[in-house]
Amino acid sequence: MAMGRKTKSKIEVAFIYIFFLIMFVIIGYPLFWAIMMSINPGTNMLVTDLFPDNPTLEHYKWLFTDPNSNYLLWYKNSLFVAILNAVGSVVITSLIAYAFSRYKFIGRKYGLYMFLLLQMFPALMGMVALYILLNTIGLTDSLWGLLLIYLGGQIPFNAWLVKGYFDTIPKELDEAAKIDGAGHLRIFWTIMLPLAKPILAVVALFNFMAPFMDFLLPRIVLTSPENYTLALGLYNFINDQFSTNFTRFAAGAILIAIPIALVFLVLQRYLISGLTSGATKG
Amino acid sequence: MAQNQEKRKTGLSQPRNIATLLSVIVPGSGQLYNRRILKGLIFLLVTISFLVATWDYLDIGIWGLFTLGTIPREHHSIQLLLQGLISLIVLFFGIIIYIYNIRDARKDAIAREEGRKKPTLLKGMLDFYDGGFPYFMIIPGLIMLVFIVVLPLLFMLALAFTDYNQYNAPPRNLLSWVGFNNFVDLVNIGVWKDTFFNVFTWTIVWTVVATSLQIVLGFFLAMLVNDKRIKFKRTIRTVLILPWAVPAFVSILIFSALFNPTFGAINRDILSQFEIMIPWLSDPFWAKIALIMIQTWLGFPFVFALFTGVLQSVPADMYEAADVDGGSRWQKLRHITLPHVLYATAPLLIMQYAGNFNNFNIIYLFNEGNPAVRGQNAGGTDILISWVYKLTFETNNYNMAAAITIIMGLLVMGFAFFQFRKTAAFKEEGRY
Repeated sequence: MAMGRKTKSKIEVAFIYIFFLIMFVIIGYPLFWAIMMSINPGTNMLVTDLFPDNPTLEHYKWLFTDPNSNYLLWYKNSLFVAILNAVGSVVITSLIAYAFSRYKFIGRKYGLYMFLLLQMFPALMGMVALYILLNTIGLTDSLWGLLLIYLGGQIPFNAWLVKGYFDTIPKELDEAAKIDGAGHLRIFWTIMLPLAKPILAVVALFNFMAPFMDFLLPRIVLTSPENYTLALGLYNFINDQFSTNFTRFAAGAILIAIPIALVFLVLQRYLISGLTSGATKG
Repeated sequence: MAQNQEKRKTGLSQPRNIATLLSVIVPGSGQLYNRRILKGLIFLLVTISFLVATWDYLDIGIWGLFTLGTIPREHHSIQLLLQGLISLIVLFFGIIIYIYNIRDARKDAIAREEGRKKPTLLKGMLDFYDGGFPYFMIIPGLIMLVFIVVLPLLFMLALAFTDYNQYNAPPRNLLSWVGFNNFVDLVNIGVWKDTFFNVFTWTIVWTVVATSLQIVLGFFLAMLVNDKRIKFKRTIRTVLILPWAVPAFVSILIFSALFNPTFGAINRDILSQFEIMIPWLSDPFWAKIALIMIQTWLGFPFVFALFTGVLQSVPADMYEAADVDGGSRWQKLRHITLPHVLYATAPLLIMQYAGNFNNFNIIYLFNEGNPAVRGQNAGGTDILISWVYKLTFETNNYNMAAAITIIMGLLVMGFAFFQFRKTAAFKEEGRY
């Protein structure tokens, strides 16, 4: 009887491992395939091989050295928007979240509901108006215009998230500081912000990565190739001639995917704890 | 003197009412009446500068909002509409300040009636800082939110009730308000009706099936990894999270190539072994199957990571207690694990549904909503949002796009309502 149970358990574990193995193949295959495509010579997809006879780095070289390639420029543009977006969104959302978490004021309750509601409306729904607005202030085809939309659009979700996290920080801490004579801003700066570092890191990370991943807003806002961000530039690579540029696209995409995936894997622990503690307390 | 006393009781000439009335007529004058000179002057100044700065703009804006212009080529309906909406917002904030001014005058007058001492200048400013602090914190974000998120949504809302399309576009033509015509067209005119019905059904199927699959798979994997007998947990977790870590637009485009019928590896390298060729991109049914599979691949890691985090927080003694009572595995899952996990993640799971409902990226990047379908003006895999995108940026049917956006907005509000209830219900219920 005891033996029977043990073997049953062993078989079960074996099946679990087999299932994981299948999942690994399903997860790994497309990524592996893309990497192999990027080292295939030539640009004709019809003659590519999963294991090319003469692997080459020519596509990577092309991205960085060919005069027709804007890859480095796009990388620079994306970094520019990403950094400012990360910094700006942390500043804006932490200010809002602090007010919503610690103060009673008129419109607070409706404000929270508004955040919950607005985060479900994608920016695309208002794209026509955004484009006209950007046009009137002369920020179409400009990275600043793109940045502005990112900064405004991230508020509902992130303010809600950070507010939820602030709520988990004991109120006694800031009350004690108040008794010691600390002002509003001082409490915010010396107590709330240091304690909320994990969630602020999450917000910064999210907003840093957004410009690398989003192709839709850049596609609508940016028109000249020298202003493209990476996602848009790469998309346009294959948009016109899918089959002929895919190897190049694969090379360019891998160079974005690797750093982002690495940062992501390192920080995902914070990401999850931040999301769950922030979201459930909303 | 006696007469004065009399008057004070009758109401209108009570100082608090005088101050209120004065502030209603001229903002700031009530404060001056209360001898709060600096505050009164500030209110007065703010009022005057508000009126001087915005009068013309508001005047044209409100007029434009109603008429959408009267002279073709000279009046640009869209710009007038936008100006009108901005005017409404500015007016809204103006009215808030106005009301604040009235309440402030009344409050000070009451304090004076009750013989409280007038605060010193410094004290007054400190009070203002204290009371206004949360507002100062939210104002920068609020302004951005209003102009970048709320205003565009209002604009779309308004467009749905106009006749703005590629044939009737400013500056050549003036637009006009058409009431609910666009919505009526959507369910009455053949092409629109068929398309709307098909796209709508597929959007719902897509949202429910794709999201549920990714949640079930994520949950299942999280349970497996959490099993005590499993080793190498860290490595397994890292690999399982990989699809989330890779930027989605990269993976979707890779899949788009993988599924490509001419050079994609799925047909060429894998299915050809079994002598099968599946038209992944040209047959709506198979394109939909492919999309659901890809979205499951993309979406399960988030759910998996989420559940993994929560599962670790389920108190072990609860399972031990269940073991003592002879609870089966299924009972443990149903009565301990699921309630715990769902309590912690319900809002985020609802967000997953809302996210897929609006998942423009995968639909557009995989196949641009194609293949085309005879007799309708959306592709076979288009969901509402990608259809709206096409209507807006490809065929310039702004009014119809806006009308569909409103319908989407209503559905999204359904998600939001569900989320509010879910969050609130769980809060009241406590943990279990």
